[in-house]
Amino acid sequence: MIEIVSALGDGVWQALQPINLALAFIGVVVGLFVGAMPGLGSVNGVAILLPFTFVIQKYTGTATSPMIFLAAIYYGAMYGGAISSITLGIPGASTAVATTFDGRPLALKGKADQALVAAAVASFVGGTVANLLFTGFAPALASVALDFGNPEIFALMLLAFATFVGLGGDDIPKTIFSICIGLVLATVGFDIISGEPRLQFGDPLDLFPATAGLIDTTGFSHGIRFLVLAIGVYGIGEMMWTINSSRGKITMTETTITYDRIRLALIEYRKKAWKGTIIGSALGFFVGILPAAGATPGSLMSYGVAKMTSRNPENYGKGELDGVAAPEAANNSASTGAMLPMMTLGIPGSPTTAVLLAGMVIWGLQPGPRLFVDQPDFVWPLIGSFYVSNLIALLVNLAFIPIFLWMLRMPFTILAPLIFVLSVVGTFAAYQNLFDVWLMVLFGLGAFLLRILDYPLAPAVLAIVLGPIAEPKLRQSLLLSDGDPSIFFTRPIAGPITVIAIILILLPLFKIIWTKVKSTRAETPAQ
Amino acid sequence: MRRAEIVTAIILGIFSAYLMWKSGEAPSWDPSVARFDNIGMIDGEGPASGWWPFWLSAIMLVCSIWIAVNWWRKTSPPSRSDEVFLDAYGRRMLLLVGGGLIGFMVLIQFIGFYAGMFIFLFYYLFFLGRHSVFRTLAISTGTPIFCFFFFDVAMRIVLPKGVTEPLFLPLYKIFL
Repeated sequence: MIEIVSALGDGVWQALQPINLALAFIGVVVGLFVGAMPGLGSVNGVAILLPFTFVIQKYTGTATSPMIFLAAIYYGAMYGGAISSITLGIPGASTAVATTFDGRPLALKGKADQALVAAAVASFVGGTVANLLFTGFAPALASVALDFGNPEIFALMLLAFATFVGLGGDDIPKTIFSICIGLVLATVGFDIISGEPRLQFGDPLDLFPATAGLIDTTGFSHGIRFLVLAIGVYGIGEMMWTINSSRGKITMTETTITYDRIRLALIEYRKKAWKGTIIGSALGFFVGILPAAGATPGSLMSYGVAKMTSRNPENYGKGELDGVAAPEAANNSASTGAMLPMMTLGIPGSPTTAVLLAGMVIWGLQPGPRLFVDQPDFVWPLIGSFYVSNLIALLVNLAFIPIFLWMLRMPFTILAPLIFVLSVVGTFAAYQNLFDVWLMVLFGLGAFLLRILDYPLAPAVLAIVLGPIAEPKLRQSLLLSDGDPSIFFTRPIAGPITVIAIILILLPLFKIIWTKVKSTRAETPAQ
Repeated sequence: MRRAEIVTAIILGIFSAYLMWKSGEAPSWDPSVARFDNIGMIDGEGPASGWWPFWLSAIMLVCSIWIAVNWWRKTSPPSRSDEVFLDAYGRRMLLLVGGGLIGFMVLIQFIGFYAGMFIFLFYYLFFLGRHSVFRTLAISTGTPIFCFFFFDVAMRIVLPKGVTEPLFLPLYKIFL
């Protein structure tokens, strides 16, 4: 243990060298803005700036400095994703989808300052907890992650869906419908196991010779990406619903920020968001280290578990501070967690870590179990930079809060068209395909109409994000067991998780039965 | 609202049934596979390609029926509501804002993102938002300029420019 502390001390000292500190600062600021831009996430920032790192490596003569730069972008983007989720209601990246659920309602209530402070502090705590776990238990945790096979990961996904069904205050059939439609939309394209095309809708106009070929629907062949639905629902649908329900009289929230308000927001955070932060920090890290999981499932599951363990689950989705803290702590914690299998096993847990892994290989490093032994001069300054970047990200984020709030003080008739434009441009920037942009607008209009009838749309977004992970895990598990579903119940880790998920799914049924029994008992004495 | 609730449930039910039918579609290159052959389990291979979307769509159909039953029993809030689904304001908003968005998308196809963005913002700010000409012009020209430098120049994500492409060639020479 003393060896680890000593190595970490040296690593932090290296990370604090002026050149590394400057790179961490620039990386965090760049990441913050990339993350805040709808449609762009950490993977875009890291991938686009990867070529710049060769210049940094040439200048510094070490692979540590470019890696510190890229890791800082990753950190900054995790913080930045919350900004557009809270202020504009558009998830900046998939990792910030869950932050939109409560962050946006808080902003509409005039509590954007509280949401932004909670997001920043929870991100910092999540990042720090993950750094401590990473520092102390990296090799041991990497082997635990390998115990999570396909049935275990599917059981975790099932638990995430179950929390929405069992604890949502919304209409049960509408919630289940919403989850299922998200999962079905995620299957559009090609079946990744058999390679067969699925749900590739043809053009209805092809039925008539005069209109054949008017609409190009070949875009369905690459599937429906989660951001298309998420931006459509939150950027277009939610915005139109706000315009309609406010009768055009909405002026944006009067949130202002002063040092006193930040202090009060911190007090509020300590009172109301500590539980979500703890859940997000622990669960996010754990989900982050699982191969093929990453920060997005981590943040969504943490939101679900925070809701499940809350005394007031019905307040979630209406502006609960814990609902902001849990996913934000989780996505930061998971981003550090995802580095663990990347560095110790050479398995990237997310697209961003895959790019980072490519960078490491290009710089001549060999990720794997011997990295900590063979390359301590690389590993420890990098881990030290995680701590430094995390602190820089917190300070930069808090310093920029007045700018973020300035966006909210814009008249709504300026903010709304800007959000529409950002939604359109952001969707195109993410996938560079106009078909996806059309689809996003159509989803937005559909979401607006369904929203009026109280259809919960957050479960659909959750499902389209988790669907591409859940389906292959389910099918590979059944393949493993020759089609026997008992595989989800008999394995020591998957079994308890599956049972909890099923209980949660059946919870509304238990509630109905319990209410009937209670009303029957109440009527009996009167008779 | 009550009528809209049942109409939506019926539309979603039909859509779910269509998805079930579509999920059972056999691959065009294999005429030996009949429709719905792919919705079950294959021995030694696990679920077939249509299994997951088909059964999820089936659950969606059951939920649509459940929503309709709740409408009949008046147990869901919209099924008890006397409010209008979309009143005159809502219809006008849908036409002006939703129509404006569709118009923006059509413009992008022909004149590209930046010119389309300018026209959409001008339309929204000046006609719907009733802002001054100065403010309208400042925002509707400032936003495309910011987006050009952020996406095309900094992030190297080139947005389509349609027929306005030649106007950007001098900028490409300078910045790209």
